[in-house]
Amino acid sequence: MSIAESIIRLLRQQAQEQHFRRVKHVWLQIGPLAMVEIESLRFCFTAACRGTLAEGAALDIISPEARARCQQCGEEQPVTSRFDACIHCGSYRLQLLQGDEMRVHELEVE
Amino acid sequence: MMCGVCGCGEGEVQVGSMTGHRHDEHQHHHEPPQAGGASRRLQVEQDILSDNAGYAAANRELFEQQALLALNLVSSPGSGKTSLLTATITRLSGQVPLAVIEGDQQTSRDAERIRAAGATALQINTGKGCHLDAHMIGHAMQQLPNLQGGLLFIENVGNLVCPAGFDLGEAHRIVILSVTEGDDKPLKYPDIFHHSDLLLINKIDLLPHVDFDLNACIDYARRINPDIEVIQLSARSGEGMENWVDWINQRRQQRLQQRISALQAEAIRLESLL
Repeated sequence: MSIAESIIRLLRQQAQEQHFRRVKHVWLQIGPLAMVEIESLRFCFTAACRGTLAEGAALDIISPEARARCQQCGEEQPVTSRFDACIHCGSYRLQLLQGDEMRVHELEVE
Repeated sequence: MMCGVCGCGEGEVQVGSMTGHRHDEHQHHHEPPQAGGASRRLQVEQDILSDNAGYAAANRELFEQQALLALNLVSSPGSGKTSLLTATITRLSGQVPLAVIEGDQQTSRDAERIRAAGATALQINTGKGCHLDAHMIGHAMQQLPNLQGGLLFIENVGNLVCPAGFDLGEAHRIVILSVTEGDDKPLKYPDIFHHSDLLLINKIDLLPHVDFDLNACIDYARRINPDIEVIQLSARSGEGMENWVDWINQRRQQRLQQRISALQAEAIRLESLL
């Protein structure tokens, strides 16, 4: 719920800076390793929008694949968790490149 | 998993005697949806938690200016955070300025335990909230006495999930795991271990009585975070406590040294303008 409320705060701030009155569509980027349960966020988003500039706004959530680079052998690869081992050399020293983002990507406003 | 499921809400936060609020709550305009008007698309690309990040950066700057070492203690409920803190305070009290910010959903029982151990404590009750955020810490700092050169312990709400996502501006995040929990906790709650600098394994006096594989636990934690430091201790028996107190003192010295160097550099800059 606090994530949904943070999104509404961000929309209000954008509305002031970019001069719009209403948000019709929100595109979020939520990585698979971002610790966010997508369905819960959808539910909370709808609730948090009530009585705000984003009431009734459509919500699309894009979830890019999580990818990491091994700091041991340098190979880039897809990952599914924080504790995957490198598929090439077996090291756990994987640096996440993408997949833990929580971002407001795009808006449709008027 | 995060606040969506555990019902995290912000309306009930209480910082000590002060009622918590968000600055922007005063501006809740209930904008009615308007028909018509030209629609347009905006590329925003902004982090959802950027407001927390802003408050955390302000806290971090304040801590640096005060040469104050802030430590964010996270764990599941019942790992012994408060007992560890009271044992730590007993060993450090009188040596350095020290205060504790206590986060719990309800009651000020933990703050009372800390005060009984001889330290200043401020309780934040988060209501339904499952974690502390940087904005609450900023308000708490306004109520605490001057802690220049000292230590600030932030005891987060007992929860291994949500506190992982909220930077408070601390110098180090420390995760506490007790041997009465499973040794596979790092694999079950990887994010909190990924975002911590130090793992304290508490209650090691109970090791003979439980099936806790210490080496497996450390191995799991290092799969997630190869650089995490580990200290094994028992707040109850005192075993290993000196390693923990040494760890704190080393970091506090480093922080003081950094501040002294920054001030000396500033003095040289000003002298050059004489």
